[in-house]
This record gives sequence, structure tokens and C-alpha cells, in this order.
Amino acid sequence: MIMPLIKGLQITISHMFKKPVTLQYPTERPEIKPGFRGLHALNVSHDKAKCVACYLCPTVCPAKCITVEAGEDANHDKYAAKYEIDMLRCIFCGYCVEACPVDAIRMTEQFELANYSRADFTYTKDRLLEKK
Amino acid sequence: MDTLILGLPVAYYIAMVAKVLVAFVFVLLTVAYATYAERKIIGHMQVRLGPMRTGWHGLLQPIADGVKLFFKEEIVPSQASKFAFLIAPLVALIPAFISFAVIPFGDSVTIGGYTVPLQIAAYYDEAGKQVFDINVGVLYILAMASLGVYGIVLAGWASNSKYSLLGGLRSAAQMISYELAAGLAIISVFMLSESLSLHKIVADQAGGAWYAFKQPFAFIIFFICSLAEINRTPFDLPEAETELVSGFCTEYSSMKYAMFFMAEYANMITVCAVTTTLFLGGWHGPAFLPGWFWFIAKVYFLIFVCMWVRATYPRYRYDQLMRLGWKVFLPLTLVNVMATGLWVMFISK
Repeated sequence: MIMPLIKGLQITISHMFKKPVTLQYPTERPEIKPGFRGLHALNVSHDKAKCVACYLCPTVCPAKCITVEAGEDANHDKYAAKYEIDMLRCIFCGYCVEACPVDAIRMTEQFELANYSRADFTYTKDRLLEKK
Repeated sequence: MDTLILGLPVAYYIAMVAKVLVAFVFVLLTVAYATYAERKIIGHMQVRLGPMRTGWHGLLQPIADGVKLFFKEEIVPSQASKFAFLIAPLVALIPAFISFAVIPFGDSVTIGGYTVPLQIAAYYDEAGKQVFDINVGVLYILAMASLGVYGIVLAGWASNSKYSLLGGLRSAAQMISYELAAGLAIISVFMLSESLSLHKIVADQAGGAWYAFKQPFAFIIFFICSLAEINRTPFDLPEAETELVSGFCTEYSSMKYAMFFMAEYANMITVCAVTTTLFLGGWHGPAFLPGWFWFIAKVYFLIFVCMWVRATYPRYRYDQLMRLGWKVFLPLTLVNVMATGLWVMFISK
């Protein structure tokens, strides 16, 4: 019974001389690993969103956080007239990215998503396009 | 000598006030920076940094904490027993401080031809030869240590909260089970030094081995029991936040909470100072530095050990705590007292 107690003390004192693993967050930034799933972004092609409003992403979304409304442009092509992600519901599973047949949506490395009001958590098409 | 007041020279009274002030400031500063040190040390033991923002490496953190606590809202529960609720932190805090009256911080200093012993409740005779101090210093400390629990029980009862009451009662039960073992551990020291005066106990350890080496069991058991008596981790059951929210201080806020916090740290310093005095040779050390330096170094080392223990061990369950106190420490200390008695009677004489 005594030896494990001493062993415990030994372990904690040895930790004292190790380099701390703490990241001084606002001044030091974490290194984002490849494949990190942060805030979504809509990919752009020929100055407009690549999205063709096929509804695969809202269909596959387990949290039902994506709202898409289709529109028709001058060339009679379908496009997403409305594309909204409710970030309060999103679980960052990345299924929308995997489901997309035209590579219109991706996930960025942005992880600082805090906001002051609930409305600010609704990411509209404009806001998603802004993120390059 | 010059004018006498109640049979003692004026210099005696001046020295007394100076000693009280110095000791008080020492304890207050140590309390403030012990909170900082604890966060830093435990931080590093858990491979993180601890406070870093306020001042260089967070050195101004205790001041920031103090300012914050002063400006926080004072809340008194509407159904609480107001007077008892307000007085409880004081009852917890004062005994923690007044134990220092009998602890010898060092040998003596000579100021203006008057020799002053570095122990608050002590003075030299006019020839500067013989020290008069409280000759029941250890009993005084035990008495003061047991008073502190009144504050905690009072706080628990006055808060009118089930959690607080349970915390307070736990504290009382815990106190009794560990004070007995701690007292018995000290008895073996009395038996060796044949005195209750802390000055004499320190003087006895000057030439020979410290009592920690003569009485290793008593030393270890006394230190562990003291940790339990002052409710420090791993025996911090009165405030076990996993079961009791925050125990006896659940309803306390602002400076009243800070006073409990101060009491806890002041108690820790007291316990370390008493352990140093009784077992680690008090202010004695290698000759090249003053006595008070060695005393403070030993006390700070023991405080470090307290924090080290806190970073290492998980909290005891209540039945484990009781079993340890009554079934392990009490019989062990009784055996130790008997063995010491036999040794003193038959071998050392």
C-alpha cells in the first residue's frame, strides 16, 4: 500500500520538469491538422457558387441544419437561390461535403465560431461565399 | 533598564507589537502567494502552465484575485441565521492566525541593546539570558487548531443549506478522528524532550538528530493527520464539490468566502510551521544563514509537500477516511507512544 503512494508522488514530481503542453491561445495559434472540419464554405466557379441545388446535402444532413431553395438562372440552369446553414444545429460531420456531386461545399479551418446572438449563427449564402 | 509597565520594560512592549506585525504580514503574504504557488505548482505537475496573464508569469494574480473578491456581490441567504453566518468566517480565520503566537521563528535579534526572541509570546529576562515563553505551547496550538472547526460547523449550520450542514458536520467528525492521532503523535515528542514549550523542543533538537529521524512514524502520522485536520486534499471532504457542491462554504461569496480560503491557507502554514518546530529542528540549520531563514525554508518546503500531495492523490471516501483515522493511525500512534515510553524508561536513561 505504501509503495504505490510513493510511486504516485514520484510521477507527479517528474511531470514538474517536463515542458508544459499548454498553448497560450489568443497569442499562440494552434496548428490545424489536415482534414479538420471547421466552418463551411461554398466553392466558387466562374464568379458564382458551384452549387446546383440538387438537395443532396440537406437530404444527407443528420442534423437537418441545411436549407436550400432552388432558382433558375437566365440559361435555365438550376442554382441555389437560398443556401443557409444553421450553425447551432450543425454537428460538423462533413456528410454534406461527401455527398456533394459537384464539389460545391467544403469545410475550412476556421474554428472560432462564437457569436453574441442566435441570428448570427445562421450562415447565409453570402456569408458562406465570403470565406475563400 | 528604563521605565517599567506592569513589571516589564517599554522596549518589551514595542518588540511585542513589532513581532506581531511582522508575523501577521508574513502569514498574510504567504497566504496570498501560497494560492499563486499552488496553482503554479499543480499546473506544472499536470504539464500545464498555471496563471500567466497578470504580471510576469502571473505574479500579480493574488492581487487581481483580491480586488475581484472585494468587488463581488455579498450574498446572505434569506433564511440564514445572519449573525452566525457573518461571524463564522472570522471564527475560522482567527485561530489560524493566533497559533503563530507560540511558534519560534528564529533565535533572537538585538535591537537597541534589548534582546528580542523571535517568538511572539516570549521574552528574555533583563540580563538577556533566560527565555520566558508559554511553557504549554504545544497544548495551546492543539487547542487553537481544534477551535478552527467551530467556524466551519457554524458556517455549515448558519447557511441553512443541506449541503453546507453536511459539510460542517463532516468536518467535525473528521476533526475528532484525526486530532486524537495527531495529539498522540506529538506525545512521543514530549516524552523525548520532557517539555511542552516549543522553545525547549527546538533547543533539544539543536545538537543531535531532529525528532523527524528519532520519531519517523510520529512525524509522518502527525503530518498526515494535520492535513486531515485542516481539511486539505486528499482529506477535503467538508467541501467535496463532487458530493456537496462546495460543502460548508456553498452559500458564501465575496470576502466572506475569501476569509475561509485565507483560513485554509493560514492553517496550512500553521501546520507546516508546527511540524517544522516539532520534528524538523525549528530554526536550526547550517550556521551560515540566519535562523529565521532556515525556519521559513523548512516551512515553505512542507507547504510544497502539501501541494505535491494535493496534485497526486485523489480524495478519500468518507468511510475510508474514518477507517484510516480510527483503525490505522490511532493504533499506530498508541503503539508508538508505548514504544517511546519503553525506550525512554529503559534504554535512554
